[in-house]
Amino acid sequence: MLLLNCPCCGVDADETELAAGGEAHLKRETVGAEDEAFEAYLFMRDNPRGVHFERWRHAYGCGKWFLAARDTVTLEVFGTYPAQTKKPPKAIENALKKKRPDWKGWA
Amino acid sequence: MKRYSAFAIAREAARYHTGWERAWRSPEPKTHYDVIIIGAGGHGLATAYYLGKNHGIRNVAIIEKGWLGGGNTGRNTTIIRSNYLQDPSAAIYEKSRSLYETLSQDLNYNIMFSPRGLIMLAQTHHEVRGYQRTAYANALQGVKTEFISPARVKQLVPIMDISGPRYPVLGGLYQARGGTARHDAVAWGYARACSDMGMDVLQKTEVTAVRSEGGTVTGVETSRGIIGCKKLSIVVAGHSGHVAEMAGFRLPIESVALQALVSEPIKPCMDVVVMANTVHGYMSQSDKGEMVIGGGTDGYNNYTQRGSFHHIEETVRALIETFPMISRLKMLRQWGGIVDITGDRSPILSKTPLGNCFINAGWGTGGFKAIPGSGWAMAELVAKGEPGPLAAAFGLDRFREGRFIDESVAAGVAH
Amino acid sequence: MGMSTRLATGGRLLNRARAVEFNFNGKRLTGYEGDTLASALLANNQVLVGRSFKYHRPRGIVASGAEEPNALVNLGKGGRFEPNQRATTTELFEGLSATSQNHWPSLEYDVGVLNNYVARLLPAGFYYKTFMAPRAAWKHVFEPIIRQSAGLGKAPKDRDADRYEHFHAHVDILIVGGGIAGLQAARTAAASGARVLLVEQTANWGGRAPADGSVVDGIAAEEWITKAVEDLEKMDNVHLRTRCMGAGVYDHGYALAYERVADHLPANGQPRHRLWRIRARQIVTATGAIERPLSFAGNDIPGVMLASAVRDYVANFGVSPGDRTVVVTNNDDAYRTAIALKEAGLDVPAILDARPEATGPLARRARDLGIRVEPGKGIAKVIGGKRVTSVKICAQSGEGAALEEIPCEAVAMSGGWSPVVHLWSHCGGKLTWDETNAHFRPDPDRAPTNQDGEGFVKTAGAASGEVSTANCLKDADAAGRAAAKAAGFKPEPGDAATAEAEEVQPMLPVWVMPQGAGIAKRMKMWLDYQNDVKVSDVQLAAREGFESVEHAKRYTTLGMATDQGKLSNINGLAVLSQSLNSEIPKVGTTTFRPPYTPISMGSIGGEARGELFQPVRQTPIHDWHQANGAYFEPVGHWRRPYCYRRDGESTEQAVQREVKNTRQALGLLDASTLGKIIVRGPDAGRFLDMLYTNMMSNLAVGKCRYGLMCSENGFLIDDGVVARLDDDTWLCHTTTGGADRIHGWMEDWLQCEWWDWQVYTANVTEQFAQIAVVGPNARKLLEKLGGMDVSKEALPFMQWADGTIGGFSTRVFRISFSGELSYEIAVPAGQGRAFWDALVAGGEEFGLMAYGTECLHILRAEKGFIMIGDETDGTIIPQDLGLDWAISKKKDDYLGKRAQARSHMTDPNRWKLVGLETLDGAVIPDGAYAVGEGRNANGQRNTIGRITSSYYSPTLDRGIAMGLVDHGPNRMGEVIEFPTLGAGSQPIRARIVDPVFYDKAGEKQNV
Repeated sequence: MLLLNCPCCGVDADETELAAGGEAHLKRETVGAEDEAFEAYLFMRDNPRGVHFERWRHAYGCGKWFLAARDTVTLEVFGTYPAQTKKPPKAIENALKKKRPDWKGWA
Repeated sequence: MKRYSAFAIAREAARYHTGWERAWRSPEPKTHYDVIIIGAGGHGLATAYYLGKNHGIRNVAIIEKGWLGGGNTGRNTTIIRSNYLQDPSAAIYEKSRSLYETLSQDLNYNIMFSPRGLIMLAQTHHEVRGYQRTAYANALQGVKTEFISPARVKQLVPIMDISGPRYPVLGGLYQARGGTARHDAVAWGYARACSDMGMDVLQKTEVTAVRSEGGTVTGVETSRGIIGCKKLSIVVAGHSGHVAEMAGFRLPIESVALQALVSEPIKPCMDVVVMANTVHGYMSQSDKGEMVIGGGTDGYNNYTQRGSFHHIEETVRALIETFPMISRLKMLRQWGGIVDITGDRSPILSKTPLGNCFINAGWGTGGFKAIPGSGWAMAELVAKGEPGPLAAAFGLDRFREGRFIDESVAAGVAH
Repeated sequence: MGMSTRLATGGRLLNRARAVEFNFNGKRLTGYEGDTLASALLANNQVLVGRSFKYHRPRGIVASGAEEPNALVNLGKGGRFEPNQRATTTELFEGLSATSQNHWPSLEYDVGVLNNYVARLLPAGFYYKTFMAPRAAWKHVFEPIIRQSAGLGKAPKDRDADRYEHFHAHVDILIVGGGIAGLQAARTAAASGARVLLVEQTANWGGRAPADGSVVDGIAAEEWITKAVEDLEKMDNVHLRTRCMGAGVYDHGYALAYERVADHLPANGQPRHRLWRIRARQIVTATGAIERPLSFAGNDIPGVMLASAVRDYVANFGVSPGDRTVVVTNNDDAYRTAIALKEAGLDVPAILDARPEATGPLARRARDLGIRVEPGKGIAKVIGGKRVTSVKICAQSGEGAALEEIPCEAVAMSGGWSPVVHLWSHCGGKLTWDETNAHFRPDPDRAPTNQDGEGFVKTAGAASGEVSTANCLKDADAAGRAAAKAAGFKPEPGDAATAEAEEVQPMLPVWVMPQGAGIAKRMKMWLDYQNDVKVSDVQLAAREGFESVEHAKRYTTLGMATDQGKLSNINGLAVLSQSLNSEIPKVGTTTFRPPYTPISMGSIGGEARGELFQPVRQTPIHDWHQANGAYFEPVGHWRRPYCYRRDGESTEQAVQREVKNTRQALGLLDASTLGKIIVRGPDAGRFLDMLYTNMMSNLAVGKCRYGLMCSENGFLIDDGVVARLDDDTWLCHTTTGGADRIHGWMEDWLQCEWWDWQVYTANVTEQFAQIAVVGPNARKLLEKLGGMDVSKEALPFMQWADGTIGGFSTRVFRISFSGELSYEIAVPAGQGRAFWDALVAGGEEFGLMAYGTECLHILRAEKGFIMIGDETDGTIIPQDLGLDWAISKKKDDYLGKRAQARSHMTDPNRWKLVGLETLDGAVIPDGAYAVGEGRNANGQRNTIGRITSSYYSPTLDRGIAMGLVDHGPNRMGEVIEFPTLGAGSQPIRARIVDPVFYDKAGEKQNV
């Protein structure tokens, strides 16, 4: 049972309060996009064994979406942050570099 | 290979079973194979077996990071069925089911295929319509199923409460020749047969890199050295994304954990497999007497293979409503398996951007039942370089074209 | 004849003043309060308690706790019947009724024991090698026999008479295990101020220390324990629970505990079990250790027990396992058993110590007591059938030539101790092999990690691998301290309890006894008692190439019984590694899975059963439906009336009546479950233009428009009527099932993609009751109730208005899902029932009848309106349904637009929606497929279409259907065939027609 801190309301929320929303920071492709780019937007996923940026909604709490950096193998949570950003905050990136020296970095 | 039989057992008993030989060899890797298959789970081993049996390709290595059959093959709920809605699914799962019928004899290894019957319960009007539709589709696909009444459900499964206060049973989709098999035995039986054909099952051998030149795979780097190959087949279930990344392409896959549990063993009380999709649970009784129970998946990427308890709670709660007697049984063990979920929740049997590299992945929560059929279709793809009719619809290109094979149409969950 | 019996004195847990009557296999027996079922059975000389899984060999009690593999019974009767209950952990209560398992016709004479006589033909995995011919025989002959012979307890038949509940606890530190280590860890941790929960699986505090005669802080362990518990009970920050087992450790500090509240007090009104769902910052496992059996021939014969268990039965329950007990060991600890037996006045003919010499202080004490100590010796063979009668002894270093036969009734064995590492391992804690003690113990450097990547489990005492009392206490203090610190507290420099250091002679790993035992002996050495796995089976597995520990386990079934290998895992692993000429740590362990011991399904389900299984959503008008014959159908968590059955009516008759009445007079539908979402703000129009395929920003205030929503993948996911309430505000109706989903969907886009757009959404579905007044008399009723002007001129079709009707403040939408004159009227939820009642009362003279969802479906199908979930199934795009008119050509973008441009979506061969009219008026079965010519490459019949909705139309008195057909709209008038199911059934022929069957011009709704 994961425990994630909701950056909007500040509570440590049980997994049962949350709804998972898949990979974060996808760039929406739409009319005009090449087939390949559109396919990648809808389906191609990093699915890493390790650091994963992902979307969560505090569905049975404040209702807000937020983002998390989490390890899919150890389930360590490196931080959560509001969804209104196109890339992870610097602080989380720094924490990651420190804790996971072999992390490939934010593309 | 010494044949297994009652006679062989009697003969060996006379010398206290000291004369049995290894079920499969433990060879040193050769420097080069015609085909390398990464992953000695059920699908990988079956692919190898049918490469040898159907296509005469026997210079094959099956490379396994851990021990053969140690992934999802050995941690699933062993359900076998082919009552799928869409034509391509029904074709490959029915091929698989029919191969299971004679697999013990084909492999000379008792995989304990038990066609005890399988019911998918309809507990909403929506499900009734969905399963009726499936029954009509199955009739045209050559899959023997029928939509049965609540009374018939009760007759087949006397321990079921069909008038539960929340979700009374309104009928069921029944496949009389669906059932279960012994999961480990499927992997072991194929491994023994492959080894007997001269193929090398290389356990505890980790692939660390895929070597390619100009869009063609030349071999793999492993923890036991570089091994060359003419063709490469990736069949690694929950690790597909990882291995595909080594080969330089991405997949429309996310890996999540699927929850399962067993009860303590009791005397036989249920002779069919029951799936209840409205309440997300399914149950059968193993030959040992354990009630084998499967539940839902976590919604997030997860490689831990651990059980998480809240899903178990929901599943058990739902099954107590359907089978009140299990309330006084005890849960013996719970675990999680890592399953690949694709964009349309149907599998991938496909060519890849590398000309001589093929991938078999994305079986989600239902791979066990597909093992023989998947191996059959994959062997054809690898041998000929082009998919045969069983695999044709399952190519990676479907995601770009929007040509999905969506089975959630008839039921919320597919196992 | 030395029976196992109750001693005249002793038994620290017994209340001898209180006799307790119970029943085993129909025999009336007596025990004492404080007994377990196992101790009471032994006290009554009931040594034989069950039969093994495979060979049906006689089985006796081996252990005294949760690790017991043999003594499993059917407990209780009727709604309180439970199979596979462990006698060693079942507290005795008045009237307890138990039967033994897995035998026929009786425990003493079991036909299944035939398997034992042909055991040689049934080695590990024999079933993989045979039973293959003839093919049908597996299902019809062999499998039923195997299933019947396997399994253990009987299946419960009756509904569970007990109830269960869940507790939630949030603590700083959870300590599992109430022995001296757990108590000390709790004392240390609690002193720091941390909130501590201490749970103990048995009914008694203190664990093994009192029976072992330990001395703590200079006083007898028992006294120290009493005082420690008293001290802890006084602290506000400490919570103590007995009969509460730490069951599992999960991610991020989540843990489960299983409290057996009323197993020992059945039917006393309390919940039977309570499942604790705990979130702890830190967890300390003080779970002790489990003694290992020794592998010698005949080690499964009733009367062969763990040395520690023998000691427990003597010390805790005043039970003698027999007059003469031979002790066999490879370590010092078993000498305590010999000494305890001797001190209780019982005979110990010999201590067989596999070590070449026995020089420790305990050996000296045993010799001083006059016990014969035989170093370098072991058991060649146990003699006996349903009971031990003697042992043959031999040199441990030899091949088992018998040196002497010693008559005895019991054998107390000890192969060393293994820490209980289950909880440590559940969430990823790693183990290390300890050469000195020949066991796996937790590796503190590789603890399970939490959300911060920090270790969150510590171990204390014997669970850490400590063997002496002194070290256990030190380790427990350190664990309590470390846990407190990790949980953010400052542990005080403490006054941890101490014990005197003991001199111990090192143990000697002994995996097979004697060392050179031949195959005949190894076939009689049991590793896993319950599953009948022997040393020879593991060796066979290794020989056949099942070299991984997981392979060997699965091939032999070692450790897969209800005890999950608590006694057998290490012994089996050692035999395997020896067979492979490898070292134990290299071969590794199998995975430990929760729960620690089995927990009831009832407790997992908790309170949520029957009516409470899942929440039921009811509309404000639910009670009226119930009182008026509604037959409900579940729609998500909602209950909606399917139809209202009147006296003597069938469901079909009721539905037909409702359809006819609505078309001809007046129908009333409770549409409250329809989703209602307010979308408001300066960018609301722009937002809705992205969400819907058609244009919503240009909808005039006061008007309504039907809209479609697609996923980014292009598929139709919901539909409904949108009303523009004011310049900035739209009201979006969704399907019943879509309300929460679509609201979440809107929020997803607003929060995660277009977060700079100024839009606010609110799901007001439950704030309003919505009632559809439908039929030719609809306006008459509203005009009778009076209030606002509902004439065609004042309120035309596809418009809405606020106003009062019959004194109720309402919002009225002129929309129709039936094709009739229709008003959908929303009132605040609290007014819903009163407004409904007013409509019902006023409508009587106009022929008003309520109608349900099935009538709704037929009305819409007669009009050719699509239904999400019928015409759509997640694979359908609006273009398939001929809804191109609802897709704006003017917009650059909407969700799903790009997806709908992909090659398969624009394929002209996609099946399209049409109407279908059977030639003979029959109803085509729902879900039927239309067939084309020939078969596809996989041998399947080619299909050219399928039914999406099919009904008997009471209005037209014939079957009508909608379906998707290959090039359907271009094939109007063509006849296609739908095969039906069942022997001899004829295909149904249907003509492709326009999907609108009724009032094609749409005149009736627009009046």
